[in-house]
Amino acid sequence: MSAVVDTHAHGHHDHHGGYGGIMRWITTTNHKDIGTLYLWFSFIMFSVGGLMAVGIRMELFSPGLQVMDPDFFNQLTTMHGLIMVFGAIMPVFVGFANWQIPMMIGAPDMAFARLNNWSFWLLPFAATLLVLSFFMPGGAPGVGWTMYAPLTVQMGIGMDLTIFAVHILGMSSILGSINIITTILNMRAPGMTLMKMPLFVWTWLITAYLLVAAMPVLAGAVTMTLTDRHFGTSFFNAAGGGDPVLYQHVFWFFGHPEVYIIALPGFGVISQVIPAFSRKPLFGYASMVYATSAIAIISFIVWAHHMYTVGMPVTGQLFFMYATMLVAVPTGVKVFNWVATMWKGSLTFETPMLFACGFLFMFTLGGFTGLVLSLVPIDIQVHDTYYVVAHFHYVMVAGALFAAFAGIYFWLPKWTGRMYDETLGKVHFWLTMIFFNVTFFVQHFLGLAGMPRRVPDYPLMFEAWNKISSIGAFGMGLSQLLFLYIVLKALRSGAKAPEKPWEGADSLEWTHLPTPVPYHTFETPPVLK
Amino acid sequence: MRGTRIVSVLAGLAGLAASGAAHAIAWYFQTPVSGIARDIDQLHQVIMWLIIVIFVGVFGFMFWACYAHRKSKGHQAEQFHENTTVEILWTVIPALILVIIAWPVTKTVIAQKDTSAPELTIKVTGYQWKWGYDYIKGEGEGISFVSMLSTPREQIEGNAPKGENYLLEVDNEVVVPVGKKIRVIVTAADVIHAWWIPAFGAKQDAIPGFLRDTWFRANEPGTYRGQCTELCGKEHGFMPIVVRVVSAEDYTKWVGERKQAMAAVAEDPSKTWKVDELVARGEKVYAANCVACHQASGRGAPPAFPPLAGSKLVNGPEPGQIDVVLNGRPNTAMQAFGKQLSDTDIAAVITYTRKSWGNKASEVQPAEVKARRK
Repeated sequence: MSAVVDTHAHGHHDHHGGYGGIMRWITTTNHKDIGTLYLWFSFIMFSVGGLMAVGIRMELFSPGLQVMDPDFFNQLTTMHGLIMVFGAIMPVFVGFANWQIPMMIGAPDMAFARLNNWSFWLLPFAATLLVLSFFMPGGAPGVGWTMYAPLTVQMGIGMDLTIFAVHILGMSSILGSINIITTILNMRAPGMTLMKMPLFVWTWLITAYLLVAAMPVLAGAVTMTLTDRHFGTSFFNAAGGGDPVLYQHVFWFFGHPEVYIIALPGFGVISQVIPAFSRKPLFGYASMVYATSAIAIISFIVWAHHMYTVGMPVTGQLFFMYATMLVAVPTGVKVFNWVATMWKGSLTFETPMLFACGFLFMFTLGGFTGLVLSLVPIDIQVHDTYYVVAHFHYVMVAGALFAAFAGIYFWLPKWTGRMYDETLGKVHFWLTMIFFNVTFFVQHFLGLAGMPRRVPDYPLMFEAWNKISSIGAFGMGLSQLLFLYIVLKALRSGAKAPEKPWEGADSLEWTHLPTPVPYHTFETPPVLK
Repeated sequence: MRGTRIVSVLAGLAGLAASGAAHAIAWYFQTPVSGIARDIDQLHQVIMWLIIVIFVGVFGFMFWACYAHRKSKGHQAEQFHENTTVEILWTVIPALILVIIAWPVTKTVIAQKDTSAPELTIKVTGYQWKWGYDYIKGEGEGISFVSMLSTPREQIEGNAPKGENYLLEVDNEVVVPVGKKIRVIVTAADVIHAWWIPAFGAKQDAIPGFLRDTWFRANEPGTYRGQCTELCGKEHGFMPIVVRVVSAEDYTKWVGERKQAMAAVAEDPSKTWKVDELVARGEKVYAANCVACHQASGRGAPPAFPPLAGSKLVNGPEPGQIDVVLNGRPNTAMQAFGKQLSDTDIAAVITYTRKSWGNKASEVQPAEVKARRK
C-alpha cells in the first residue's frame, strides 16, 4: 500500500512505481502489473507443458517405442501434469483475480501490495526447480503428478527438487489467497454488499478459502514423502508400520478441492461473459452463490472416489459414491442457470462468447463422464485408463482453459485499450474446439476398451484412436501459436478499443472506468447506486 | 445393445479415416464373461442413455437460444433473472434421478465386494515388472510361478513385425476352471501395481505390505488379457496379465502337468556345475529378469539402474553379490530375487554377470547361494 500512496503524494497518476525497465516488474506492487506478470508466466508454462504433451503424443502415435525410452516418457507425463496444474491453470486465474477483483469491487489495489509482489515472484523459482529436475542425475521424477508412494522413494534427486517446488508453489498460493480474501472482505466500495459483488469475485472468494484449506495438506503429503526418502521415517512404508494408501488419502484430500480450485474461477469468468453477450442479467445470482459454496463444501468429503480400487470397505465405497453423486446437483444448477441466462436474451457471438459456449458444452460433457466415474462398479472398470484422462481433460482444458481464453478476449480491450482481431479470434476458437475434441473425445473409447494411462506403448487394437488423438494434439498445440500472435498483434497494432467494447457488460470496471484503465484506479471509492 | 450398434457404426467410420491401422479397432468394453462385468456393462449403457437424453435436452435449449434469440435477428433481451419454481424443480429433479440410479449401483457394489466362499484362491504378487502367482487354496494348491511379458524386445523396438497379442502375452498364463468362484488376493513386493482383467470386471490395486482381494467367476472358456493399471516405474506398460479359463477336466489335467513340471524343476542345489553350463543358463535368466534395467550391455542406466560391467560388487567377493540378488536393495527397483528364483538360477545368473562384459570374477555354485539364504 505504501508504495501506491507514495506515488500519489507526488501526483504522478500514470507513474509506474519508482523504476523503469525490468526493475519496474521486479519491484512492482501494482495489482495490474502483477496480474500481467501472472498471465505471461502462465502462458510460458502453458507452452512448456504443451511441448511435453506433444512429446507424449509423438511417442503414442504408433505402438512400439520410437521417440523416447519409458523412463523419460514417465518423466514427461509427470511434469506435464504438474506444470499445467500448478504453473499454467492456477496462475492464469490468479492473474485474472489481480487485474479484476480490485476493479470489480471498487478498491484501489490489493490489500497487501508487497505480499502480492512476493506471491508472484516465488513462482519463477518453483518453475525453475521443476524444469531443473530434468537435468539432475536420474532425471525428473517419473511418478505421475499424483506422486504416489512408495514409487517416489525410488526416484533420484529430481524428486526432491519437485517436492521443494511444490512447497514454494503452495506458499505462493496461500499468500495470494490470504490477499484475495482480505481484499474482498475489507476493501469493497461503500454500497458493494457481498450479494452485489460480481460472481467472478464470489467464486474467487470461495476458491481462496479452498486454497488456504487444501494447500497445507499437499505440503504435508510431500513433506512426509521427503522424510520417508531421506530421514528414515515410514509414513508410507508397511515394513516400518506405515501405509502406502495413507499417502493417497492425504494427497486426494488436497487433490479433490484442487479440482474446484481450478474450476471455480473459470465458472466466475463464464458468469461475467455469458450475461454480457446475452445483454441480460445473470439468471439465479443467489442460487449461483449457494451452488458454488455447496460445491466447495462437498469437495472436501469426496476425496476417496479417486481410490475406489485400493480395496476400501464397502461402506467407504458407498459413502464416497453417494457424496460424489451429490456434486452433480449444484453443478447442474450452475449449467441450468447459464443456459437460462442465454434464454430470451439478445445474443451475439464474439470470441469471448464463443469460448463461453464452448466451455458450457464441453465442461458439461466432462461433468457427465464425472457422474459415470462416480459410480463405483463402472469406475473400477475404467479407473487408471484413458477414460479418466479424457474426463479430466474435458474438465481442465475445456473447462478451465476455455474459461481463461474467454476471459482474456473479454478483458483484453479493457486492460490494453486495444481490440484483438475478431476474425482471427474466431478462427482460434474453432481450431481449438475442433482439435481439442479430436484429441480427447476418442480417448473415451481407448479407456472403455481397456488402454491403461501412463503407458509409453500399447497393444495394436488401440492404434487407430491413438493416431487420431495425436494428430488432434499436434493441431491443438499449433493453434495456440495463433493465440500468441493474436495477443501480440493486438498489443502492437490493434485498433483502439471503444470506450465500451461490449454493450452488455455492466460490472464496475466497464461502467466506472475509462478504456484503457489508468495505472491507478478507484483512488477514491466509486459511488454506487 | 441398439446403442452400441449405432456408436459402432460411427466408430467404424472414424476408424476408416485412420489409415494404416491394420488391427481391429476396440472402442467399447470387451465382451463381459463374468456376472459383474455384465452388470457394469448394463449400468454403463443405462447411464449413457440417461446422459444423452439430459444432454440433448439442456443443449437443445442452448442451441435454440443461440439460433432464435440472436441480436442479428432483432431479438430483444428480456430482463427476467429468477424464477423460484423453476430453480427448485431443477434442484429436486436431478436429486431424485440420482437416488434412482444409486439403487441398482449399490447392489452391484455389494456383490463386487463379496469375496466369501471361493472355490479357488490365488494370491497375486506384483513385482517390478512381472506378476507372481501362488495357488493357495482349492484344486491346484501349491502351484506357484512367475508370469512375465513374452513379447520379444525386437518387436517393441520396431526391429520385428508386431504379433497379434503384442504386449498382451506372457510366458506363464494363469489357468482357472470355468464357472467357479475364484478369489484373488492381491499384494505387491515393491511399489503399487494393479491387477486387472477387463472381461471379468475385476481390478484391484496391489499394495506392498497389505493384502486386498477381489473375485471373479468366468462363464466362458477362453483366454482373457489385461494389463497393470497403476504406474509402477519404467516398465509399467510391459507387465500384462493373461488368464486362461478352461473346463474342469482340462483344469485338473493342467494341475497334474504343472505339479509334475514343478517336481522336475526342483533341482539338487548341492550339485556342482561347470562354469560354461552356469553361464549358458545364466544368460537366459538374465534375459528374463535383469535386462530391462541393467541392459544387455551390462551398462545399466545410471543412476537409477547401476551398471554391472566393471562393477565393484560384481567383481568383488561372492557373498556380497549373492546377498544383493537374494534380498534386493530397499527403496530401489532391485528386488529380492530369493523369493522368485531357485538357488541354481541365482547361481547361474550371478556367474553370468561375473564372467561377462569384461568382468573376470569367480563363478558361484548353487550351494553357496543356499548357504546365504536366511
